[in-house]
Amino acid sequence: MCLAVPTKVLSVDGNLATVDVQGVRARVRLDALGEEVRIGDYLLVHAGFAIRRLDPKDAQETLALFDELFAWEDAPPSGSPSP
Amino acid sequence: MGGRPALGIPLAVTEPRATPPFLLRDPARARALVDFLHRHAPPEMVRIVHVCGTHEMTIAENGLRSLLPSGVEVLEGPGCPVCVTPTVDLDRAVKIAERGAIVCTFGDMTRVPGTRVTLAEARAQGADVRVVLSAADAVVVARKNPDRDVVFFAVGFETTAPGTAAVLLDDPPPNFSVLCSHKLIPAALDALMATPPTRIAGFLAPGHVSTVIGAAAYRAVAARHHVPIVVAGFEPLDILYAIALVLRQVREGRAEVENGYPRAVSEEGNLRAQELLAMAFAPCDAVWRGIGRIPGSGLNIRDELARHDARHAFSVQAEEGEDKPPGCLCSEVLLARAVPTDCPLFRDPCTPLSPVGPCMVGSEGACSVWYRYGERPHL
Ligand code: SF4
Repeated sequence: MCLAVPTKVLSVDGNLATVDVQGVRARVRLDALGEEVRIGDYLLVHAGFAIRRLDPKDAQETLALFDELFAWEDAPPSGSPSP
Repeated sequence: MGGRPALGIPLAVTEPRATPPFLLRDPARARALVDFLHRHAPPEMVRIVHVCGTHEMTIAENGLRSLLPSGVEVLEGPGCPVCVTPTVDLDRAVKIAERGAIVCTFGDMTRVPGTRVTLAEARAQGADVRVVLSAADAVVVARKNPDRDVVFFAVGFETTAPGTAAVLLDDPPPNFSVLCSHKLIPAALDALMATPPTRIAGFLAPGHVSTVIGAAAYRAVAARHHVPIVVAGFEPLDILYAIALVLRQVREGRAEVENGYPRAVSEEGNLRAQELLAMAFAPCDAVWRGIGRIPGSGLNIRDELARHDARHAFSVQAEEGEDKPPGCLCSEVLLARAVPTDCPLFRDPCTPLSPVGPCMVGSEGACSVWYRYGERPHL
């Protein structure tokens, strides 16, 4: 139910954007976003409303987060701060 | 994408939900995460609870439970909004439909049994019940049918509620109203921890609810119950990573909120969406099917918008009916004390085509997901 999908913005018309959802065009509302949206942006969309802008760079940074976890293991266990 | 990773285990083989730039598919790191979990499984049994149907889908589709060390179990709590919508709300929706209004709602809701009938059965008997994909679609129905009352039966958590708020605040037509059954996740986590016997060592917080409310929203619950809460994304690697963070906290005796999904979740969340929620709704006590009344866990439409509140527009009375058919173990499943296969009715006679309890109706209910993916606990 709370599934939200990354979509790519094809055009913006005021409160509405046309997005590409894995090859399908859809209209989504932007009222709940509170951010400027441009063509080519990625939006996380749930039930017809965009809830966040996504940056593809951040996906790669997630992988780097995992590596921090592995690095924690090699560090001494006492009082290590969380990432 | 990319086919089966060379792991010898069924990881990440299903159709991805993410678009390519957001796919996390890295067999080497998957293996490293699984190894990490095995190295850091505590000696005592650790029960981790998530509250998100989409998490359950990722876990079941990818067979993640089979990768966990034997001391670690992951259960779905009350993560399916369709499953936790109480019969009293359903009965209200049915009565409104039977009075001649057009009732619009999300697909699964039409199949959830009320005291007498489902919305789908009411439709078969002549009521006008329509499936929509968005609150905005229900407003379109209202504009197209100005001489009919149109009621949007709104269910879902904080991910869904901003859409309902947006249409309520966007000057909807006078014939449009909302029957509001939205629910709030942090209050549910609080209630799960406060319902003894509690054997929950940590939570995976739902990623897209957290996109809206922010990681900070869980701080009070984590501190009050001394329980680790890790915000988790929806790729198989996200889930494994979030479980690893919980295990690390358990090992270190910490009980903090950590954000394992920073590419979609910030500390403070989506402030615009929160503003819409605050303008349209006020928190209220709410009944969760199978669990009961949870203080501060629901949303009521604010008085200023009362003309679009279906409870005012239609003074239908509905009794708080029996929420659970005899023999159904849904309460225990929703409280994360049992898994679907513990229920004697699972598979026979309870199936998605003829569900006995609500956990088999919602396509994200634990029983429905386990039925479809054949997930078995490995305890
Ligand atoms: S299998 Fe059916 S009867 Fe048993 S707990 Fe699940 S929904 Fe209820």
